[in-house]
Amino acid sequence: MNNIKKNRWKDQAFKFWGIFCTLLGLVLLAIFIGSIIVDGVQRIDWDFLTSLPSRKADRAGIYTALMGSVWVLVLTTIIALPVGIAAAIYLEEYAKKNRLSSLLEVNISNLAGVPSIIYGLLGLEIFVRIMQMGASVLAGSFTLALLILPIVIVSTREAIKAVPKSIRDASFALGASKWQTVSRQLLPASFGGILTGVILALSRAVGETAPLIVIGALTYVPFAPKSPMDEFSVLPIQIFNWISRPQHGFEVNAAAAIIILLLITFMMNGIAVYFRNKWQRKLK
Amino acid sequence: MKKILMITALGTLMLSCGNNKKEDTNNSIAIDGSSTVYPITEAMAEEYRTEQPDVNITIGVSGTGGGFQKFGRGEVDITNASRPITEEEKAIAAENNIDYLELEVAYDGLAVLVNPENDWVNCITVEELKMIWEPEAQGNITRWNQIRPEWPDEEIHLFGPGVASGTFDYFTEAIVGESGSSRGDFTASEDDNILVQGVAGDKYGLGFFGLAYFEENKDKLKMVAVDGGNGCVKPSVETVSNGTYTPLSRPLFIYVNSSSLQNPMVVDFINFYLDEASDLLDDVGYVPLPEAEYKKQKQNFNEFVERNQGEPAGE
Repeated sequence: MNNIKKNRWKDQAFKFWGIFCTLLGLVLLAIFIGSIIVDGVQRIDWDFLTSLPSRKADRAGIYTALMGSVWVLVLTTIIALPVGIAAAIYLEEYAKKNRLSSLLEVNISNLAGVPSIIYGLLGLEIFVRIMQMGASVLAGSFTLALLILPIVIVSTREAIKAVPKSIRDASFALGASKWQTVSRQLLPASFGGILTGVILALSRAVGETAPLIVIGALTYVPFAPKSPMDEFSVLPIQIFNWISRPQHGFEVNAAAAIIILLLITFMMNGIAVYFRNKWQRKLK
Repeated sequence: MKKILMITALGTLMLSCGNNKKEDTNNSIAIDGSSTVYPITEAMAEEYRTEQPDVNITIGVSGTGGGFQKFGRGEVDITNASRPITEEEKAIAAENNIDYLELEVAYDGLAVLVNPENDWVNCITVEELKMIWEPEAQGNITRWNQIRPEWPDEEIHLFGPGVASGTFDYFTEAIVGESGSSRGDFTASEDDNILVQGVAGDKYGLGFFGLAYFEENKDKLKMVAVDGGNGCVKPSVETVSNGTYTPLSRPLFIYVNSSSLQNPMVVDFINFYLDEASDLLDDVGYVPLPEAEYKKQKQNFNEFVERNQGEPAGE
């Protein structure tokens, strides 16, 4: 009897410990977002979104940094999406299971763990200097594309794997070639999953600062990029710069810019969730 | 699927046109360098824009060392620096045939700060600071009463800028005597606001950072006067500007590449910089040079322009 009681008590104790652990992360996140919103939300207005950086905190805005971030996001997507998907298709559908392909797989997983500043150094040497792109939006996008490529590849492979075997078999049974099967059955069926992975990877890219600073992204830019070869700044760099300024007004600006950055991330995550749901319904 | 192919094609297309240099160099001025000097140059660029809205001035923050690296490769027109160029950096510039001019644009005072509850330190000598910060102090000087016997028998907690910053270089050179030579067991941060928080929350803390950070946090910190041999002096706009606050006040620089002077906009911008600096520095928390010193810098610059252009600078 005593033993049963003890076990029940342990059971309950673990349950509450689990609840505590779950809430811990949520509460911390809520406190963080709450304090940022309290600090920054009254600073956000149209002027803040459309003004240039300034020495006076109440006149400064994020226009060029925001536009830079949008450019980088779009170009990174254009570069990382086709390369990542093609690599994943190769590894999943074409590659023979031998030493070489397992070596490739291990390396791709390793790449996902390389610190982002290393990608910055790589980008500086290859894209900025050897390929002479300069500290342009394009060089920044290539660097970030490299950074998220492993994530895109891994999530795309998972999405392709999740396509029921019956679909693949049916396609082959009708005499379709491998390419026909991939392009007409597997990709459409897994596209929602692929997009989810890509968008989550992009949410990571939009918050990166270190690799972009290394390749030479600027802090003060008085114009929005007009072409991929233009110089640029991004939101995290502007935030970083404002946080380290002595005048307190800049702290408020940083909080406001963080809210905008969070909004972008949340929106992207929302889109990812939407695609995932749509795709799941389609499969059923 | 067609969409993906198109996107790929587009991506390749962009890759292939990747190596065109900037075509209209005349309307852009590229600046990089120190994060300490950045706010000054940002203010100048912002103000200059009201006069010349078509000139695009871009400023990066690679740090003083990173800025000199790009400057030595001829990648930027102007670099911000919180210390003079080193021999090594000079050699790189010479190797790439880059001639340049150094211009002083402002002073920055490094303040020594303690917690407001600290009622025992009002003035500290350079020797005492050296005793605290030199490399030999690591693990040995850990209590306040080891510095002066009448100070409390409590642990001393040190806060200072990260080792990569020009501020750290300057402080160690002025106090310890050798740039970069310091004890390692102190709380370091590249973000001076973290140091402010550290000292403000620790009764037995002591730290050093830019005067501007004290000005903005007067209620949370207590400033310590420094005795450099001529009595105790507290840093202020006045004592930093007239040179009585030594050795912890330093000049801040910009360096100009001579070949950039072919661009009349660069010449115009630098003249504007030297004319307007004293009015704008207060906004960003730095100390202007004396008026005569700006005149001298301007004269140096105009001579440099004449040497490199063969004609006087257009006003």
